[in-house]
Amino acid sequence: MKFSFSEEQTEFRNMLRRFLRDRSPTTEVRRVIETEAGYDPEVWRVMAEDLGVAAIHIPEAYGGAGFGISELAIAAEEAGRALLPSPFFGSTVLAATAIAEAGTDAQKQALLPGIAAGGTIAALAAAEPRGGWNAGAFTATASPDNGSWRLSGRKSYVLDGMIADLVVAAARLPEGGLGLFSLPTDSAGLARRALRSMDPTRRLAEITFDGAPAVLLGGPAAGGPAWERVLDIAAICLAGEMVGGAERLREDALEYVSMRIQFGRSIASFQVTKHKAADMLLEVELAKAAAYYAAAAADDDEESDQPLAALASLAKAAAADTYMQTAVHAVQMHGGIGFTHDNDTQLWFKRAKASEVFLGSAADHRERMLQQWNA
Amino acid sequence: MTDLTEDDIRTAVRAWLVENWDPEQGLVAWRNMLIESGWGMPHWPQEWYGRGLPVGMTPVVEEEFDKRGAVGVAKLGIRTLAAATILEHGTDLHKQRFLRGILTGEESWCQLFSEPGSGSDLAGAATRADFRDGKWIINGQKVWNTSAHRADFGLLLARTDWDAVKHKGLSYFLLDMRQPGVEVHQLRQMNDHASFNQVFFTDAVVEPEYRIGELGEGWKVATTTLMHERRGADGVRRYDTGSDRQGRIYEEERAEVATVMEPYIWYPQRTGRADLLVERAKAAGRWDDPAVRQEVAKALTLARSAEWTARRAREAQQAGRPQGPEGSIGKLAASMVARACAKAHTMIAGPDAMLSGADDGADGVVAEILVSTPAISIAGGTDEIQRNIISERILSMPKEARHDADRPFREVPRNQAG
Repeated sequence: MKFSFSEEQTEFRNMLRRFLRDRSPTTEVRRVIETEAGYDPEVWRVMAEDLGVAAIHIPEAYGGAGFGISELAIAAEEAGRALLPSPFFGSTVLAATAIAEAGTDAQKQALLPGIAAGGTIAALAAAEPRGGWNAGAFTATASPDNGSWRLSGRKSYVLDGMIADLVVAAARLPEGGLGLFSLPTDSAGLARRALRSMDPTRRLAEITFDGAPAVLLGGPAAGGPAWERVLDIAAICLAGEMVGGAERLREDALEYVSMRIQFGRSIASFQVTKHKAADMLLEVELAKAAAYYAAAAADDDEESDQPLAALASLAKAAAADTYMQTAVHAVQMHGGIGFTHDNDTQLWFKRAKASEVFLGSAADHRERMLQQWNA
Repeated sequence: MTDLTEDDIRTAVRAWLVENWDPEQGLVAWRNMLIESGWGMPHWPQEWYGRGLPVGMTPVVEEEFDKRGAVGVAKLGIRTLAAATILEHGTDLHKQRFLRGILTGEESWCQLFSEPGSGSDLAGAATRADFRDGKWIINGQKVWNTSAHRADFGLLLARTDWDAVKHKGLSYFLLDMRQPGVEVHQLRQMNDHASFNQVFFTDAVVEPEYRIGELGEGWKVATTTLMHERRGADGVRRYDTGSDRQGRIYEEERAEVATVMEPYIWYPQRTGRADLLVERAKAAGRWDDPAVRQEVAKALTLARSAEWTARRAREAQQAGRPQGPEGSIGKLAASMVARACAKAHTMIAGPDAMLSGADDGADGVVAEILVSTPAISIAGGTDEIQRNIISERILSMPKEARHDADRPFREVPRNQAG
């Protein structure tokens, strides 16, 4: 198992960081979240076409770059650091992974190249209203219809559901197994509604299926195992995104206390502030180590003593707690200004709050971790 | 020598061991031979029992010793700190007098730094060394001295100048512990072990040639000792039981290890024992309790994350890259891990957490964990000191205002003696 990044990986990270600093500073984030699409299509086009971000882990045979989950997680981390609003997570991380894990060769040929090129935006519809992301919680159903399928049920918290051209949905098969289905978002029997997201950089939708025609990805046995792998990779990338955001919050809070003066001295000279800053560093570093380890294990799980699901859920739970705790500290360290709309801390705070529960709470993931744990 | 490749070194070590290793010889006789050969401390200079190899080659040599089952020089305990300090700052007399006894294991050492009045503020030491009639006369008290009750010599930090500022008035001495002016009392801990001592000096004597480093530069020498203490924390504090092989030399080594390691026997427990959590939860019938499961998962998460962080730091170091913050947070992380584990163990034990010894349901291990974990956030630099170090050195935050750096030490407010 590797505990460091290669030169190529570091160069990839630096390149993304530079790009996002130039093209998606918080002034831009604040601008695009007020637009109808909620992201900057031009920035996404450049990221997909010039930087290959939409294609990172998609196999070369399907128009992708053929890199691993480590590279995908690096991109997620940088996107989280910059709080980039973009289809990256919903389309590339969630939907493309589902298609790659469940689909037949022909289905992957048909669906993945468009996503890899960035032109097609796909979304993953899995959790249901007030439900979770574990497969047992999905109640939407699929019924056979002349060699094809029709979906019924309601999906919620669908990331980028309103801008997607294509949706991958999880539904129960007649025998009770899980199927992953794909269908265009303009299909008959599919209705979608934008949800009011607390985090404006991460837009969610509700999608209702009422006998919508859909294609089953792979065979009837493919969905169950594919879903677990999708959840692992999604949890790992979200952990990456969260540690990226947490590190940015930590750095910004440190910068603020270092210039703020009260009682005639820098507030960064008070031990109460220094110790909080040290604890924030410790917590972020620990969460980073877990996120990096899980990503490396996804690319090479032979060398770990724990199954990937345990490591992915460990990383997700650790990053979620750390991100939220860091956000709470960051607001506190800014004092009153940290509670204002004008201060950028609130943007990351809201992402931390949304990420805390997206894909399942820390408690859910700790339970999932223990169920898989090799003691 | 430095042109040798790793393979050359392995071949040379193997050949030397084939020629010389015999498990039926005596431990000291073998170590004397080893010391002469330079293979005991291969990164030490050639004129002082080494081979002048790069420090990275030492693990290679040790690996060859392990493969053969050959015993090395004495490396456990405070002796390693004494050796490093003497090697770096000592005179030829010091090296001649002490290094061999350290490596054979015949002479043992203790560290005499902390005092009742100066714990975290180590440079505030107030034990006096006064030069009278051609000798240094020592008076005062030290505390937290591991193995002092068995030590032949001590690494002593004492004040020689009360008019200098704090850090400039200290000198460093190599003190003979076996003399009438030195009294050692064991200190009983809240977990009932007695791993440390209090050492009292009443006109104890150090001959002038056994001051190490210049007069008033004791802090500089102490920094070397402390650096090796931090760097070698694993080596000094790891609980070791020695080899279980058969043969005279192994028996002698096991006896040595048992003596040196005796103060550290409870050290595994102070880490919180994350490794026992799942097994204990199952044994206690609490494995299905969702609240217990959450605490177990949290503790395992922290323990693993701390381990992975340490490995990231190590890999960066091995690759010669500058270490990031991951290299400096290990001690603080260990405290966090221990607290989380203690909490989980308590939840698992339930009311049995009120019991100890044979009655605690786990042969006393759980009880020992619960009353040993408080040590880890204090010993070797408190969590508060670690946070100061992290915030000042890594995060570049300003130091607190201090009241001891700008005046003679005698004017600095300090704790009442004794």
